[in-house]
Amino acid sequence: MNTTASDTAAVMSPRLRLWPRRRSAWAVVVAAVCLALIVVIAILAPWLAPHDPLEMSPADRLKAPSDSYWLGTDAYGRDLLSRVLYGARVSLIVGVGSALVAVVVGLPLGILAGFFRGLDAIVMRVMDGLMAIPSVLLAIAIVSLTSANLWTVMTAITIPEIPRVVRLVRSVVLSAREEPYVEAAISLGSSLSTVMWRHLMPNTLAPLIVMATYICASAILTEAILSFLGAGIGTETPTWGNIMSEGRTYFLIKPSLIFWPGVMLSICILSINLLGDAARDRLDPRLQKRGGMQ
Amino acid sequence: MNAMAMGLESAATSSVLDIRDLEVVAQPAGQRILKGVSFSIAPGETLCLVGESGSGKSVTSLTVMGLLPKGSLTVSGGSATLEGDSLLDAGPARMRALRASRMAMIFQEPMTALNPLMRVGEQIEEVLVMHRHKLGAAERRQRVLEMLDQVQLPDIERIYASWPHQLSGGQRQRIMIAMALILEPKLLIADEPTTALDVTTQQQILKLIKELQERHGTSVLFITHDMGVVADIADRVCVMRHGEVVETQPIEDLLRRPRTGYTRQLLTAVPSLRPRASREVTDREIVLEAIELEKRYGERSRWQRFVGKASQQTLAASDINFALTRGRTLGIVGESGSGKSTVARCVMRMIEPTAGGVRVLGKDIAGLGRAALKPHRKRIQMIFQDPFRSLNPRLSIGTSLIEGPVNYGASKESAMAHARELLELVGLPGDALDRYPHQFSGGQRQRIAIARALAMEPDVLVADEAVSALDVSVQAQVLGLLDDIQRRLGVAVLFITHDLRVAAQICDEVMVMQKGVVVEYGPAERVLGSPAHPYTRSLMLAAPGRHWDFAAFRPLADAPIDDASVVVSSGP
Repeated sequence: MNTTASDTAAVMSPRLRLWPRRRSAWAVVVAAVCLALIVVIAILAPWLAPHDPLEMSPADRLKAPSDSYWLGTDAYGRDLLSRVLYGARVSLIVGVGSALVAVVVGLPLGILAGFFRGLDAIVMRVMDGLMAIPSVLLAIAIVSLTSANLWTVMTAITIPEIPRVVRLVRSVVLSAREEPYVEAAISLGSSLSTVMWRHLMPNTLAPLIVMATYICASAILTEAILSFLGAGIGTETPTWGNIMSEGRTYFLIKPSLIFWPGVMLSICILSINLLGDAARDRLDPRLQKRGGMQ
Repeated sequence: MNAMAMGLESAATSSVLDIRDLEVVAQPAGQRILKGVSFSIAPGETLCLVGESGSGKSVTSLTVMGLLPKGSLTVSGGSATLEGDSLLDAGPARMRALRASRMAMIFQEPMTALNPLMRVGEQIEEVLVMHRHKLGAAERRQRVLEMLDQVQLPDIERIYASWPHQLSGGQRQRIMIAMALILEPKLLIADEPTTALDVTTQQQILKLIKELQERHGTSVLFITHDMGVVADIADRVCVMRHGEVVETQPIEDLLRRPRTGYTRQLLTAVPSLRPRASREVTDREIVLEAIELEKRYGERSRWQRFVGKASQQTLAASDINFALTRGRTLGIVGESGSGKSTVARCVMRMIEPTAGGVRVLGKDIAGLGRAALKPHRKRIQMIFQDPFRSLNPRLSIGTSLIEGPVNYGASKESAMAHARELLELVGLPGDALDRYPHQFSGGQRQRIAIARALAMEPDVLVADEAVSALDVSVQAQVLGLLDDIQRRLGVAVLFITHDLRVAAQICDEVMVMQKGVVVEYGPAERVLGSPAHPYTRSLMLAAPGRHWDFAAFRPLADAPIDDASVVVSSGP
């Protein structure tokens, strides 16, 4: 019946390319290299850092860059470079951790909501409710109720992200469950869990990977915002947000206290977002560039 | 080069479209899609471009329209001229001027070819806005209304202001035709324009194209895979295969004396409309029975009744009764919306029937819950229409084949061994087990889907348009396979199809459905041979090419049922 469609499809089917052949290809490479560098920095921070990031030396307060302090020191005489390097650890843990938790919680919920129509209404209304909470406000509330540490901050950041994952997974499942191979599996007597995990779940992975990168970037940013506002991880831990928050007071006399963590934060988020875009371009068949008409 | 072009031109002055040695390659691999295609169309002539999928017929038409996807397909040689003007050298602006005013195209899917956000009248008017700048608004509207009248749409003022979703498939295709013909182009390219339509609608559209062509003297390049349609409308036929023209002949000569083996093969693969002789009943055991089966959509829930929500019910199928005995084939035929697929899905318990019973081997499964249903699911298996979607693309063939048996307690090893045997039964090599669906053609995938159903050792196979997506030669093979399997394994088949030719070839009994009810039910020989109900008669009369016995290369001496006045005039 669909002879013409398959005709042209066979002719035009775009080859899955490793790199998009576009000008933006170099940006993807640069982003990958930057992110890889940040990961290496986070892992090797204890060996890379020339000083203990917490060690105060009152004699060296607000020093300009020198041979012993490459980026200078802060108001307590702590080495800025070491603090910025250590800051990458918290950021990456928060980013990757939030993305993972959001996916691990959201994926099953989304599949269940997409598959069972009765459950759908309940789950999705709860998700709508969660989505209405601004993550910064939620974090401030949680932190002021409990104590400010890595776990409470991550919880606060992750909760508002879960509904996004659930919605995405649900929409993929809703369309995938109409595929004949899913009906075939049902008529072959497969259990519901087989149908959901073997036949439906793999369809969601590609868009999920893309979504995860965005969650990762947004979590890193939110963590920095919380630290900057003083509602984040305690000041004893060096995070990019904390460093900027403390440097705020000395902005006029020593702008590098805000500049360097800010640069790292920007590079990190930009890289993750660029990689997410690239992943989306490759994994989402609807965005595969087709030749335009004359 | 120039002299040669001049020479060609003088030879081609009498033709509207002239294509010489056209070559198209796919980028960047350089694979040759068209390998020197040549044909020409005379004024007022209908040339049918026939071929199976992958033959290059659509690429040919897209090349003529200058619509080849940029970057992936490019013309590498040959010429295409429209009334002497080269189409391959024309720039984008020139092509835009040529399209619509001197050549126009209608597409397969009238659903997607119209802009859903624009009133259809305005869409037709847009053609005038683009190409006839001098016309005033009132004049344009007048022209559009005249055109709507010419394509025989009712109540043209209302249609003018309608949105595409408010029109039926046939009406939308009429709008497309109006849009294509409003500037009176010399050439109309129709790419499978009736393939997505029901058979009675198809007949009307073919008739309309023919009438408008005669009135305006338009030449038509008609692309189709359906030999029946070809027999009804073509003046000349150009058969294509693998990007080459196999043969070009006037229709009568082609049907009577095909020159090449390939055309002969294409023609013999067309199933005959004459029902096959009924088979002897060997086994009277009823394996599948439907009793007053009913499916109603839009049933209000208890809550909706409580809050007084207005009921908007649709009766998709009502009062369906049939009995299928072991080793027989029952066909359910009907047009889209007749409820035939609803019945199949109710029988499969993919959807819940609202009333009535479904008995598999005497056991009513209509009301069973999931767990109670499981042992009975095995008895009845389904083959789907689209072989590209019915296999999970991420699972190997072996994994797909053993899924069912393993669910019913078979060990993986024994299931795999059985799967290998089944693949051989359906005519595929055993080593296909480790491969993935995308490595197989549509016909092969449908064989795999049949093997998967057979792995459950069912008593009933439900085939929902199982051969409709396949090319005619592949279709013949798959039908042959089903027949063979039925004879060997004694499985009963419930065959849902819109194609009367297929039904006539495979069914022992036929049930004709219209708008959710059964209008005729009986032995295939009687229902299709001498239909009693007017609806069945109209379906038979609308079947394209019904006056021709393709496999015997001659017209049917006595057409299955005769009413010549209804048929589209056939050929010269």
